[in-house]
Amino acid sequence: MGPVAKVRYWLADRAHFGIVLAFTIFTAFPFYWMVITTFKRNSDLINRDNNPFILNEPPTLEHLRVLFNDTLYGVWLWNTAFVGVLVVGITLILAVPAGYALARLSGRWGERLGIGIFLTYLVPPTLLFIPLFRVVVGLGLQDSLWSLVVVYPSFTVPFSTWLLMGFFKAIPRDLEDAAMMDGYSRLGAFAKIVMPISIAGILTVVIFSFTLVMQEFVYALTFISPASKYTVSVGVPTFLVHGDVYFWGSLMAGCFIASVPVAVLYNFFVDRFVAGFTVGAVK
Amino acid sequence: MEVVQGGAPVNVAQRRMTLSHLRDREEWLGPLMIGPAILYILLVVGFAFFLAIYYSFSDMTLGSRSLGFVGFKNFAAIIGNTNFRTALWNTFVFAVGSQVLVLVLANTLALALLKDFRGKWFFRLLILLPWVAPISLGTIGWLWILDSTYSVFNWTLQALRILDPKARLIWLGVPHLAMGSIITVHVWRLLPLATVIILAGLSSIPKDIHDAAQMDGASFWRHYFQITIPLLLPVSMVALLFGLVFAFTDMTVIYVLTRGGPYDTTQVLASLAFFTGVVGGDTAEGAAISLFLFPLLLAVAIAFLRIARRAEVT
Repeated sequence: MGPVAKVRYWLADRAHFGIVLAFTIFTAFPFYWMVITTFKRNSDLINRDNNPFILNEPPTLEHLRVLFNDTLYGVWLWNTAFVGVLVVGITLILAVPAGYALARLSGRWGERLGIGIFLTYLVPPTLLFIPLFRVVVGLGLQDSLWSLVVVYPSFTVPFSTWLLMGFFKAIPRDLEDAAMMDGYSRLGAFAKIVMPISIAGILTVVIFSFTLVMQEFVYALTFISPASKYTVSVGVPTFLVHGDVYFWGSLMAGCFIASVPVAVLYNFFVDRFVAGFTVGAVK
Repeated sequence: MEVVQGGAPVNVAQRRMTLSHLRDREEWLGPLMIGPAILYILLVVGFAFFLAIYYSFSDMTLGSRSLGFVGFKNFAAIIGNTNFRTALWNTFVFAVGSQVLVLVLANTLALALLKDFRGKWFFRLLILLPWVAPISLGTIGWLWILDSTYSVFNWTLQALRILDPKARLIWLGVPHLAMGSIITVHVWRLLPLATVIILAGLSSIPKDIHDAAQMDGASFWRHYFQITIPLLLPVSMVALLFGLVFAFTDMTVIYVLTRGGPYDTTQVLASLAFFTGVVGGDTAEGAAISLFLFPLLLAVAIAFLRIARRAEVT
Protein backbone atom coordinates (compact mmCIF):
# COMPACT_ATOMS: atom_id res chain seq x y z
CA MET A 1 0.00 0.00 0.00
CA GLY A 2 1.38 3.40 -0.96
CA PRO A 3 1.43 6.31 1.50
CA VAL A 4 -1.55 8.05 -0.15
CA ALA A 5 -3.63 4.90 -0.03
CA LYS A 6 -2.58 4.44 3.59
CA VAL A 7 -3.75 7.91 4.56
CA ARG A 8 -7.01 7.44 2.70
CA TYR A 9 -7.55 4.12 4.42
CA TRP A 10 -6.78 5.69 7.79
CA LEU A 11 -9.18 8.58 7.12
CA ALA A 12 -11.98 6.24 6.04
CA ASP A 13 -11.39 4.19 9.15
CA ARG A 14 -11.57 7.26 11.42
CA ALA A 15 -14.70 8.52 9.64
CA HIS A 16 -16.32 5.14 10.08
CA PHE A 17 -15.46 5.09 13.75
CA GLY A 18 -16.73 8.65 14.11
CA ILE A 19 -20.13 7.69 12.70
CA VAL A 20 -20.44 4.68 15.01
CA LEU A 21 -19.36 6.78 17.98
CA ALA A 22 -21.85 9.57 17.23
CA PHE A 23 -24.74 7.10 17.07
CA THR A 24 -23.57 5.37 20.22
CA ILE A 25 -23.48 8.66 22.11
CA PHE A 26 -27.03 9.39 20.96
CA THR A 27 -28.38 6.01 22.09
CA ALA A 28 -26.37 5.60 25.29
CA PHE A 29 -26.26 9.16 26.61
CA PRO A 30 -29.50 8.95 28.64
CA PHE A 31 -28.12 5.87 30.42
CA TYR A 32 -24.84 7.63 31.18
CA TRP A 33 -26.97 10.46 32.49
CA MET A 34 -28.87 8.08 34.76
CA VAL A 35 -25.67 6.66 36.23
CA ILE A 36 -23.95 9.96 36.89
CA THR A 37 -27.10 11.48 38.40
CA THR A 38 -27.46 8.46 40.70
CA PHE A 39 -24.12 9.18 42.37
CA LYS A 40 -24.27 12.99 42.44
CA ARG A 41 -24.99 14.91 45.61
CA ASN A 42 -28.07 17.13 45.52
CA SER A 43 -25.95 20.24 46.05
CA ASP A 44 -24.01 19.28 42.93
CA LEU A 45 -27.18 18.57 40.95
CA ILE A 46 -28.78 21.94 41.61
CA ASN A 47 -25.68 24.08 41.16
CA ARG A 48 -26.03 25.38 37.63
CA ASP A 49 -22.45 26.64 37.51
CA ASN A 50 -21.09 23.12 37.83
CA ASN A 51 -20.14 21.13 34.77
CA PRO A 52 -23.05 18.65 34.68
CA PHE A 53 -21.13 15.96 32.79
CA ILE A 54 -18.86 15.05 35.67
CA LEU A 55 -19.00 14.55 39.44
CA ASN A 56 -18.04 17.89 41.00
CA GLU A 57 -18.32 16.57 44.56
CA PRO A 58 -17.49 13.15 45.99
CA PRO A 59 -20.02 10.47 44.96
CA THR A 60 -22.85 9.53 47.31
CA LEU A 61 -24.97 6.43 47.86
CA GLU A 62 -27.73 8.47 49.50
CA HIS A 63 -30.03 8.31 46.43
CA LEU A 64 -29.82 4.52 46.34
CA ARG A 65 -30.54 4.35 50.06
CA VAL A 66 -33.63 6.56 49.62
CA LEU A 67 -34.77 4.50 46.63
CA PHE A 68 -34.70 1.19 48.44
CA ASN A 69 -35.60 2.34 51.97
CA ASP A 70 -38.03 5.21 51.55
CA THR A 71 -39.90 4.27 48.37
CA LEU A 72 -41.79 1.20 47.20
CA TYR A 73 -39.15 0.49 44.56
CA GLY A 74 -38.30 -2.93 46.00
CA VAL A 75 -41.98 -3.86 46.01
CA TRP A 76 -42.31 -2.77 42.38
CA LEU A 77 -39.35 -4.91 41.36
CA TRP A 78 -40.90 -7.83 43.18
CA ASN A 79 -44.30 -7.23 41.55
CA THR A 80 -42.65 -7.10 38.13
CA ALA A 81 -40.83 -10.36 38.76
CA PHE A 82 -44.05 -11.99 40.01
CA VAL A 83 -46.04 -10.97 36.93
CA GLY A 84 -43.07 -11.73 34.67
CA VAL A 85 -42.57 -15.29 35.89
CA LEU A 86 -46.27 -16.15 35.66
CA VAL A 87 -46.66 -14.60 32.21
CA VAL A 88 -43.55 -16.39 30.94
CA GLY A 89 -45.00 -19.67 32.27
CA ILE A 90 -48.37 -19.12 30.58
CA THR A 91 -46.64 -18.05 27.39
CA LEU A 92 -44.57 -21.22 27.24
CA ILE A 93 -47.57 -23.46 27.97
CA LEU A 94 -49.54 -21.87 25.12
CA ALA A 95 -46.85 -21.01 22.59
CA VAL A 96 -44.54 -24.07 22.62
CA PRO A 97 -47.17 -26.61 21.50
CA ALA A 98 -48.74 -24.08 19.13
CA GLY A 99 -45.40 -23.25 17.53
CA TYR A 100 -44.57 -26.91 17.10
CA ALA A 101 -47.94 -27.77 15.62
CA LEU A 102 -47.69 -24.88 13.17
CA ALA A 103 -44.23 -26.00 12.12
CA ARG A 104 -44.96 -29.70 11.76
CA LEU A 105 -48.56 -30.78 12.00
CA SER A 106 -50.26 -28.43 9.61
CA GLY A 107 -49.88 -28.11 5.89
CA ARG A 108 -50.52 -25.00 3.86
CA TRP A 109 -52.91 -23.45 6.34
CA GLY A 110 -50.22 -23.59 9.01
CA GLU A 111 -48.23 -20.78 7.41
CA ARG A 112 -51.30 -18.58 7.05
CA LEU A 113 -52.46 -19.28 10.58
CA GLY A 114 -48.95 -18.48 11.80
CA ILE A 115 -49.01 -15.11 10.08
CA GLY A 116 -52.50 -14.49 11.43
CA ILE A 117 -51.31 -15.15 14.97
CA PHE A 118 -48.25 -12.99 14.40
CA LEU A 119 -50.42 -10.08 13.25
CA THR A 120 -52.29 -10.02 16.56
CA TYR A 121 -48.97 -8.96 18.08
CA LEU A 122 -49.42 -5.71 16.20
CA VAL A 123 -52.79 -4.96 17.80
CA PRO A 124 -51.69 -2.31 20.29
CA PRO A 125 -52.70 -1.98 23.94
CA THR A 126 -53.98 1.51 23.15
CA LEU A 127 -56.71 -0.02 21.00
CA LEU A 128 -57.83 -2.58 23.57
CA PHE A 129 -57.18 -1.04 26.98
CA ILE A 130 -60.58 0.60 27.38
CA PRO A 131 -62.71 -2.52 26.84
CA LEU A 132 -60.20 -4.69 28.71
CA PHE A 133 -60.41 -2.28 31.63
CA ARG A 134 -64.17 -2.95 31.80
CA VAL A 135 -63.56 -6.69 31.59
CA VAL A 136 -60.99 -6.50 34.38
CA VAL A 137 -63.43 -4.54 36.54
CA GLY A 138 -66.16 -7.05 35.70
CA LEU A 139 -63.94 -9.91 36.84
CA GLY A 140 -63.13 -8.05 40.06
CA LEU A 141 -59.43 -7.97 39.16
CA GLN A 142 -58.87 -4.20 39.13
CA ASP A 143 -55.97 -3.09 41.32
CA SER A 144 -54.69 -6.67 41.35
CA LEU A 145 -51.53 -7.97 39.71
CA TRP A 146 -53.61 -10.88 38.42
CA SER A 147 -55.25 -8.55 35.91
CA LEU A 148 -51.83 -8.17 34.28
CA VAL A 149 -51.13 -11.91 34.46
CA VAL A 150 -54.38 -12.55 32.56
CA VAL A 151 -53.91 -9.86 29.91
CA TYR A 152 -50.15 -9.77 29.21
CA PRO A 153 -49.98 -13.11 27.38
CA SER A 154 -52.09 -11.42 24.67
CA PHE A 155 -48.92 -9.77 23.39
CA THR A 156 -46.34 -12.36 24.46
CA VAL A 157 -48.09 -15.44 23.00
CA PRO A 158 -48.43 -14.25 19.37
CA PHE A 159 -44.82 -13.26 18.90
CA SER A 160 -43.50 -16.23 20.87
CA THR A 161 -45.56 -18.66 18.80
CA TRP A 162 -44.18 -17.08 15.67
CA LEU A 163 -40.58 -17.25 16.92
CA LEU A 164 -40.94 -20.86 18.00
CA MET A 165 -42.57 -21.86 14.72
CA GLY A 166 -39.51 -20.61 12.87
CA PHE A 167 -37.26 -22.31 15.37
CA PHE A 168 -38.95 -25.72 15.12
CA LYS A 169 -39.01 -25.51 11.33
CA ALA A 170 -35.23 -25.24 11.33
CA ILE A 171 -34.91 -28.60 13.10
CA PRO A 172 -34.54 -31.46 10.57
CA ARG A 173 -37.66 -33.59 10.30
CA ASP A 174 -35.51 -36.70 10.06
CA LEU A 175 -34.74 -36.51 13.77
CA GLU A 176 -38.37 -37.01 14.73
CA ASP A 177 -39.06 -39.49 11.93
CA ALA A 178 -36.19 -41.62 13.16
CA ALA A 179 -37.44 -41.41 16.74
CA MET A 180 -40.94 -42.34 15.69
CA MET A 181 -39.66 -45.33 13.77
CA ASP A 182 -37.98 -46.39 16.98
CA GLY A 183 -41.41 -46.50 18.53
CA TYR A 184 -41.89 -43.01 19.96
CA SER A 185 -45.25 -41.39 19.44
CA ARG A 186 -45.34 -37.90 17.91
CA LEU A 187 -45.70 -36.34 21.36
CA GLY A 188 -42.96 -38.57 22.72
CA ALA A 189 -40.60 -37.53 19.93
CA PHE A 190 -41.48 -33.90 20.58
CA ALA A 191 -40.82 -34.16 24.31
CA LYS A 192 -37.75 -36.41 24.22
CA ILE A 193 -36.01 -35.36 20.99
CA VAL A 194 -37.16 -31.91 19.90
CA MET A 195 -37.47 -30.15 23.27
CA PRO A 196 -33.93 -30.85 24.50
CA ILE A 197 -32.35 -29.39 21.36
CA SER A 198 -34.74 -26.42 21.45
CA ILE A 199 -33.54 -25.01 24.76
CA ALA A 200 -31.99 -22.01 22.99
CA GLY A 201 -35.27 -21.19 21.26
CA ILE A 202 -37.26 -21.57 24.45
CA LEU A 203 -34.79 -19.40 26.34
CA THR A 204 -35.20 -16.76 23.64
CA VAL A 205 -38.94 -16.74 24.23
CA VAL A 206 -38.42 -16.53 28.00
CA ILE A 207 -36.17 -13.46 27.69
CA PHE A 208 -38.36 -11.85 25.08
CA SER A 209 -41.58 -12.30 27.06
CA PHE A 210 -39.98 -11.12 30.27
CA THR A 211 -38.67 -7.91 28.69
CA LEU A 212 -42.11 -7.25 27.18
CA VAL A 213 -43.65 -7.59 30.64
CA MET A 214 -41.07 -5.20 32.09
CA GLN A 215 -41.73 -2.67 29.35
CA GLU A 216 -45.53 -2.72 29.42
CA PHE A 217 -46.98 0.57 30.57
CA VAL A 218 -50.49 1.22 29.27
CA TYR A 219 -52.35 -1.76 30.76
CA ALA A 220 -50.64 -1.47 34.13
CA LEU A 221 -51.35 2.26 34.27
CA THR A 222 -55.01 1.67 33.42
CA PHE A 223 -55.81 -1.40 35.53
CA ILE A 224 -53.99 -0.58 38.75
CA SER A 225 -54.16 2.41 41.06
CA PRO A 226 -52.66 1.63 44.52
CA ALA A 227 -48.94 2.41 44.53
CA SER A 228 -48.05 -0.86 46.25
CA LYS A 229 -49.38 -2.87 43.29
CA TYR A 230 -47.45 -1.10 40.54
CA THR A 231 -44.90 -2.75 38.32
CA VAL A 232 -41.59 -0.97 38.02
CA SER A 233 -42.28 0.64 34.62
CA VAL A 234 -45.40 2.37 36.00
CA GLY A 235 -44.36 2.89 39.60
CA VAL A 236 -41.27 4.94 38.81
CA PRO A 237 -42.85 7.45 36.39
CA THR A 238 -46.16 7.89 38.21
CA PHE A 239 -45.24 7.66 41.84
CA LEU A 240 -41.70 8.98 41.96
CA VAL A 241 -42.16 11.78 39.42
CA HIS A 242 -45.38 13.38 40.49
CA GLY A 243 -44.55 14.45 43.97
CA ASP A 244 -43.89 18.14 44.60
CA VAL A 245 -40.15 17.57 44.76
CA TYR A 246 -38.39 15.58 42.07
CA PHE A 247 -35.89 13.17 43.59
CA TRP A 248 -33.81 13.05 40.46
CA GLY A 249 -31.01 11.02 42.00
CA SER A 250 -33.27 8.22 43.22
CA LEU A 251 -35.39 8.46 40.10
CA MET A 252 -32.43 7.96 37.78
CA ALA A 253 -31.11 5.12 39.95
CA GLY A 254 -34.51 3.42 39.69
CA CYS A 255 -34.53 3.78 35.91
CA PHE A 256 -31.00 2.49 35.47
CA ILE A 257 -31.35 -0.54 37.73
CA ALA A 258 -34.51 -1.68 35.98
CA SER A 259 -33.20 -1.13 32.44
CA VAL A 260 -29.65 -2.20 32.01
CA PRO A 261 -29.28 -5.74 33.43
CA VAL A 262 -32.15 -7.04 31.30
CA ALA A 263 -30.76 -5.23 28.29
CA VAL A 264 -27.43 -6.99 28.63
CA LEU A 265 -29.19 -10.35 28.79
CA TYR A 266 -31.37 -9.45 25.80
CA ASN A 267 -28.30 -8.61 23.78
CA PHE A 268 -27.27 -12.27 23.65
CA PHE A 269 -30.49 -13.25 21.92
CA VAL A 270 -31.04 -10.29 19.66
CA ASP A 271 -30.25 -12.09 16.40
CA ARG A 272 -33.03 -14.57 17.04
CA PHE A 273 -35.57 -11.80 17.69
CA VAL A 274 -34.51 -10.11 14.49
CA ALA A 275 -35.06 -13.37 12.59
CA GLY A 276 -38.61 -13.29 13.92
CA PHE A 277 -39.13 -9.60 13.20
CA THR A 278 -38.10 -9.80 9.57
CA VAL A 279 -41.10 -12.06 8.75
CA GLY A 280 -39.26 -14.02 6.08
CA ALA A 281 -38.17 -10.90 4.18
CA VAL A 282 -34.57 -11.92 4.90
CA LYS A 283 -33.51 -15.34 3.68
CA MET B 1 -55.50 -56.40 13.81
CA GLU B 2 -54.45 -53.01 12.42
CA VAL B 3 -55.85 -52.01 9.07
CA VAL B 4 -54.68 -49.37 6.55
CA GLN B 5 -56.90 -47.38 4.19
CA GLY B 6 -57.30 -50.16 1.66
CA GLY B 7 -58.49 -52.60 4.32
CA ALA B 8 -55.66 -55.03 3.64
CA PRO B 9 -53.74 -56.34 6.64
CA VAL B 10 -50.06 -55.30 6.70
CA ASN B 11 -47.10 -56.69 8.56
CA VAL B 12 -45.48 -54.89 11.47
CA ALA B 13 -42.38 -53.71 9.65
CA GLN B 14 -44.42 -52.20 6.86
CA ARG B 15 -46.76 -50.48 9.28
CA ARG B 16 -43.81 -48.90 11.05
CA MET B 17 -42.40 -47.68 7.77
CA THR B 18 -45.54 -45.95 6.56
CA LEU B 19 -46.24 -44.34 9.93
CA SER B 20 -49.84 -44.08 8.81
CA HIS B 21 -51.18 -44.89 12.24
CA LEU B 22 -49.38 -41.87 13.60
CA ARG B 23 -50.53 -39.63 10.81
CA ASP B 24 -54.11 -40.56 11.63
CA ARG B 25 -53.62 -39.44 15.17
CA GLU B 26 -51.93 -36.23 14.09
CA GLU B 27 -55.17 -35.06 12.58
CA TRP B 28 -56.36 -34.25 16.05
CA LEU B 29 -52.99 -33.70 17.67
CA GLY B 30 -52.28 -30.56 15.61
CA PRO B 31 -55.49 -28.69 16.46
CA LEU B 32 -55.18 -29.82 20.06
CA MET B 33 -51.75 -28.23 20.33
CA ILE B 34 -52.69 -24.98 18.59
CA GLY B 35 -56.15 -24.77 20.13
CA PRO B 36 -55.33 -23.28 23.54
CA ALA B 37 -53.23 -20.46 22.08
CA ILE B 38 -55.90 -19.54 19.52
CA LEU B 39 -58.66 -19.79 22.08
CA TYR B 40 -56.79 -17.47 24.44
CA ILE B 41 -56.06 -14.91 21.71
CA LEU B 42 -59.68 -14.97 20.54
CA LEU B 43 -60.93 -14.61 24.11
CA VAL B 44 -58.73 -11.65 25.03
CA VAL B 45 -57.83 -9.82 21.81
CA GLY B 46 -60.86 -10.79 19.75
CA PHE B 47 -63.38 -10.20 22.50
CA ALA B 48 -61.80 -6.89 23.55
CA PHE B 49 -61.80 -5.70 19.97
CA PHE B 50 -65.46 -6.63 19.58
CA LEU B 51 -66.21 -4.78 22.85
CA ALA B 52 -64.31 -1.71 21.62
CA ILE B 53 -66.58 -1.51 18.60
CA TYR B 54 -69.65 -2.20 20.71
CA TYR B 55 -68.79 0.52 23.26
CA SER B 56 -68.06 3.07 20.58
CA PHE B 57 -71.69 2.87 19.47
CA SER B 58 -73.00 3.11 23.05
CA ASP B 59 -73.31 5.82 25.69
CA MET B 60 -71.24 3.99 28.28
CA THR B 61 -69.36 5.87 30.99
CA LEU B 62 -67.10 4.59 33.73
CA GLY B 63 -69.75 4.86 36.43
CA SER B 64 -72.81 3.68 34.53
CA ARG B 65 -73.96 0.15 33.95
CA SER B 66 -76.46 1.08 31.26
CA LEU B 67 -75.61 0.43 27.65
CA GLY B 68 -77.77 2.55 25.37
CA PHE B 69 -77.20 2.26 21.66
CA VAL B 70 -76.51 5.68 20.21
CA GLY B 71 -75.39 4.84 16.68
CA PHE B 72 -72.74 7.09 15.21
CA LYS B 73 -73.26 9.83 17.79
CA ASN B 74 -69.84 9.32 19.42
CA PHE B 75 -68.04 9.40 16.11
CA ALA B 76 -69.92 12.51 15.02
CA ALA B 77 -69.09 14.20 18.33
CA ILE B 78 -65.42 13.27 18.02
CA ILE B 79 -65.01 14.48 14.47
CA GLY B 80 -66.66 17.77 15.40
CA ASN B 81 -64.21 18.19 18.27
CA THR B 82 -61.14 20.36 17.60
CA ASN B 83 -59.14 18.46 20.23
CA PHE B 84 -59.61 15.30 18.24
CA ARG B 85 -58.62 16.86 14.94
CA THR B 86 -55.51 18.33 16.54
CA ALA B 87 -54.64 14.92 17.99
CA LEU B 88 -55.17 13.20 14.63
CA TRP B 89 -52.88 15.69 12.92
CA ASN B 90 -50.27 15.43 15.70
CA THR B 91 -50.34 11.64 15.42
CA PHE B 92 -49.43 11.85 11.75
CA VAL B 93 -46.73 14.49 12.25
CA PHE B 94 -45.23 12.54 15.10
CA ALA B 95 -45.36 9.07 13.49
CA VAL B 96 -44.35 10.03 9.95
CA GLY B 97 -41.71 12.50 11.12
CA SER B 98 -40.07 10.05 13.47
CA GLN B 99 -40.17 7.17 10.98
CA VAL B 100 -38.60 9.12 8.12
CA LEU B 101 -35.74 10.02 10.45
CA VAL B 102 -35.49 6.46 11.76
CA LEU B 103 -35.25 4.98 8.25
CA VAL B 104 -32.52 7.38 7.12
CA LEU B 105 -30.51 7.03 10.33
CA ALA B 106 -30.99 3.26 10.59
CA ASN B 107 -29.73 2.75 7.04
CA THR B 108 -26.63 4.79 7.81
CA LEU B 109 -25.96 3.08 11.11
CA ALA B 110 -26.58 -0.42 9.72
CA LEU B 111 -24.08 0.22 6.94
CA ALA B 112 -21.53 1.37 9.54
CA LEU B 113 -22.15 -1.70 11.68
CA LEU B 114 -21.77 -4.12 8.78
CA LYS B 115 -18.02 -3.63 8.84
CA ASP B 116 -16.07 -5.50 11.49
CA PHE B 117 -14.15 -3.45 14.02
CA ARG B 118 -12.69 -3.87 17.46
CA GLY B 119 -15.23 -3.77 20.30
CA LYS B 120 -18.17 -4.06 17.92
CA TRP B 121 -20.23 -6.17 20.35
CA PHE B 122 -19.93 -3.45 22.99
CA PHE B 123 -21.07 -0.69 20.65
CA ARG B 124 -23.93 -2.87 19.49
CA LEU B 125 -25.00 -3.41 23.10
CA LEU B 126 -25.00 0.35 23.74
CA ILE B 127 -26.89 1.01 20.52
CA LEU B 128 -29.55 -1.56 21.45
CA LEU B 129 -30.17 -0.15 24.94
CA PRO B 130 -33.00 2.27 24.10
CA TRP B 131 -35.03 -0.50 22.49
CA VAL B 132 -34.59 -2.97 25.34
CA ALA B 133 -34.92 -0.67 28.34
CA PRO B 134 -38.52 -0.16 29.50
CA ILE B 135 -39.75 2.75 27.43
CA SER B 136 -41.27 4.61 30.35
CA LEU B 137 -37.98 4.51 32.27
CA GLY B 138 -35.84 5.57 29.31
CA THR B 139 -38.24 8.44 28.78
CA ILE B 140 -37.73 9.60 32.38
CA GLY B 141 -34.04 9.83 31.59
CA TRP B 142 -35.04 12.24 28.83
CA LEU B 143 -37.39 14.10 31.17
CA TRP B 144 -34.36 14.93 33.29
CA ILE B 145 -32.19 15.74 30.26
CA LEU B 146 -34.91 18.13 29.01
CA ASP B 147 -35.71 19.60 32.44
CA SER B 148 -36.75 23.25 32.29
CA THR B 149 -34.17 24.41 34.86
CA TYR B 150 -31.35 21.89 34.74
CA SER B 151 -31.37 20.76 31.11
CA VAL B 152 -27.92 19.60 30.08
CA PHE B 153 -28.67 20.83 26.57
CA ASN B 154 -29.18 24.37 27.81
CA TRP B 155 -25.99 24.16 29.86
CA THR B 156 -24.01 22.97 26.84
CA LEU B 157 -25.49 25.59 24.52
CA GLN B 158 -24.64 28.27 27.09
CA ALA B 159 -21.13 26.90 27.60
CA LEU B 160 -20.62 27.06 23.83
CA ARG B 161 -21.97 30.65 23.87
CA ILE B 162 -24.73 29.70 21.42
CA LEU B 163 -27.38 30.51 23.98
CA ASP B 164 -27.38 33.58 26.19
CA PRO B 165 -26.51 32.63 29.81
CA LYS B 166 -29.74 34.25 31.01
CA ALA B 167 -31.92 32.57 28.39
CA ARG B 168 -33.42 29.12 28.72
CA LEU B 169 -35.06 26.86 26.19
CA ILE B 170 -38.08 25.18 27.76
CA TRP B 171 -37.86 22.00 25.73
CA LEU B 172 -41.16 20.50 26.79
CA GLY B 173 -43.10 23.70 27.35
CA VAL B 174 -43.08 25.41 23.95
CA PRO B 175 -45.26 23.85 21.19
CA HIS B 176 -42.73 23.23 18.42
CA LEU B 177 -39.88 22.41 20.78
CA ALA B 178 -42.11 19.94 22.62
CA MET B 179 -43.07 18.16 19.40
CA GLY B 180 -39.42 18.12 18.34
CA SER B 181 -38.42 16.67 21.70
CA ILE B 182 -41.02 13.94 21.47
CA ILE B 183 -40.00 13.01 17.94
CA THR B 184 -36.36 12.87 19.07
CA VAL B 185 -37.16 10.55 21.96
CA HIS B 186 -39.16 8.32 19.64
CA VAL B 187 -36.36 8.20 17.08
CA TRP B 188 -34.03 7.30 19.94
CA ARG B 189 -36.34 4.52 21.03
CA LEU B 190 -37.08 2.96 17.61
CA LEU B 191 -33.72 3.43 15.89
CA PRO B 192 -32.15 0.24 17.36
CA LEU B 193 -34.91 -2.07 16.13
CA ALA B 194 -34.86 -0.63 12.61
CA THR B 195 -31.07 -0.81 12.58
CA VAL B 196 -30.83 -4.48 13.52
CA ILE B 197 -33.57 -5.39 11.04
CA ILE B 198 -31.82 -3.55 8.19
CA LEU B 199 -28.46 -4.95 9.30
CA ALA B 200 -29.92 -8.45 8.98
CA GLY B 201 -30.99 -7.54 5.45
CA LEU B 202 -27.55 -6.14 4.60
CA SER B 203 -25.77 -9.23 5.90
CA SER B 204 -27.96 -11.49 3.81
CA ILE B 205 -27.01 -9.90 0.47
CA PRO B 206 -24.74 -12.48 -1.20
CA LYS B 207 -21.14 -11.34 -1.33
CA ASP B 208 -20.70 -12.07 -5.04
CA ILE B 209 -23.24 -9.35 -5.89
CA HIS B 210 -20.99 -6.80 -4.21
CA ASP B 211 -17.90 -8.32 -5.78
CA ALA B 212 -19.44 -8.12 -9.22
CA ALA B 213 -20.32 -4.45 -8.74
CA GLN B 214 -16.80 -3.74 -7.56
CA MET B 215 -15.32 -5.48 -10.58
CA ASP B 216 -17.48 -3.33 -12.81
CA GLY B 217 -15.97 -0.28 -11.10
CA ALA B 218 -19.16 1.07 -9.53
CA SER B 219 -18.53 3.99 -7.15
CA PHE B 220 -19.63 3.76 -3.51
CA TRP B 221 -22.79 5.86 -4.06
CA ARG B 222 -23.73 4.20 -7.31
CA HIS B 223 -23.21 0.83 -5.70
CA TYR B 224 -25.30 1.89 -2.69
CA PHE B 225 -28.21 3.40 -4.58
CA GLN B 226 -28.40 0.95 -7.47
CA ILE B 227 -27.60 -2.31 -5.75
CA THR B 228 -27.86 -2.16 -1.98
CA ILE B 229 -31.01 -0.02 -1.63
CA PRO B 230 -33.17 -2.04 -4.06
CA LEU B 231 -32.11 -5.28 -2.36
CA LEU B 232 -32.88 -3.78 1.03
CA LEU B 233 -36.35 -2.61 0.08
CA PRO B 234 -38.39 -5.51 1.51
CA VAL B 235 -36.55 -5.54 4.82
CA SER B 236 -36.67 -1.74 5.10
CA MET B 237 -40.43 -2.03 4.58
CA VAL B 238 -40.63 -4.42 7.51
CA ALA B 239 -38.67 -2.00 9.69
CA LEU B 240 -40.90 0.86 8.58
CA LEU B 241 -44.12 -1.06 9.27
CA PHE B 242 -43.03 -1.98 12.80
CA GLY B 243 -41.93 1.59 13.39
CA LEU B 244 -45.25 2.98 12.16
CA VAL B 245 -47.25 0.65 14.38
CA PHE B 246 -45.19 1.48 17.45
CA ALA B 247 -45.18 5.22 16.73
CA PHE B 248 -48.85 5.57 15.78
CA THR B 249 -50.09 3.68 18.81
CA ASP B 250 -47.66 4.79 21.51
CA MET B 251 -48.75 6.96 24.38
CA THR B 252 -46.00 6.26 26.90
CA VAL B 253 -43.49 8.84 25.66
CA ILE B 254 -46.14 11.54 25.55
CA TYR B 255 -47.66 10.56 28.88
CA VAL B 256 -44.33 10.78 30.67
CA LEU B 257 -42.92 13.86 28.93
CA THR B 258 -45.79 16.27 28.26
CA ARG B 259 -49.15 14.62 29.00
CA GLY B 260 -50.27 16.06 25.68
CA GLY B 261 -49.32 19.64 26.56
CA PRO B 262 -48.52 22.46 26.07
CA TYR B 263 -52.06 23.33 24.94
CA ASP B 264 -52.65 19.87 23.42
CA THR B 265 -49.91 20.46 20.86
CA THR B 266 -48.45 17.01 21.52
CA GLN B 267 -51.72 15.20 22.18
CA VAL B 268 -52.03 12.10 19.97
CA LEU B 269 -54.92 9.67 19.43
CA ALA B 270 -53.65 7.10 21.92
CA SER B 271 -53.12 9.61 24.72
CA LEU B 272 -56.39 11.40 23.96
CA ALA B 273 -58.21 8.05 24.20
CA PHE B 274 -56.58 7.46 27.57
CA PHE B 275 -57.44 10.89 28.96
CA THR B 276 -61.00 10.70 27.62
CA GLY B 277 -61.83 7.06 28.27
CA VAL B 278 -59.95 6.29 31.50
CA VAL B 279 -59.11 9.56 33.26
CA GLY B 280 -62.25 11.34 32.02
CA GLY B 281 -64.44 8.26 32.45
CA ASP B 282 -66.16 8.53 29.06
CA THR B 283 -65.73 4.91 28.01
CA ALA B 284 -67.76 5.20 24.82
CA GLU B 285 -65.95 8.20 23.43
CA GLY B 286 -62.53 6.86 24.44
CA ALA B 287 -63.25 3.57 22.68
CA ALA B 288 -64.38 5.45 19.58
CA ILE B 289 -61.17 7.54 19.53
CA SER B 290 -58.89 4.54 19.78
CA LEU B 291 -60.84 2.81 17.00
CA PHE B 292 -59.51 5.46 14.65
CA LEU B 293 -56.19 3.63 14.97
CA PHE B 294 -57.73 0.54 13.41
CA PRO B 295 -57.78 1.45 9.67
CA LEU B 296 -54.10 2.23 9.93
CA LEU B 297 -53.35 -1.11 11.56
CA LEU B 298 -55.37 -2.87 8.90
CA ALA B 299 -53.29 -1.23 6.18
CA VAL B 300 -50.10 -2.28 7.95
CA ALA B 301 -51.39 -5.84 8.34
CA ILE B 302 -52.16 -6.07 4.62
CA ALA B 303 -48.70 -4.77 3.76
CA PHE B 304 -47.16 -7.41 6.03
CA LEU B 305 -49.20 -10.17 4.40
CA ARG B 306 -47.98 -9.10 0.97
CA ILE B 307 -44.35 -9.13 2.11
CA ALA B 308 -44.80 -12.52 3.75
CA ARG B 309 -46.45 -13.96 0.63
CA ARG B 310 -43.66 -12.70 -1.58
CA ALA B 311 -41.15 -14.29 0.78
CA GLU B 312 -43.12 -17.53 0.58
CA VAL B 313 -43.08 -17.62 -3.22
CA THR B 314 -39.40 -16.91 -3.72
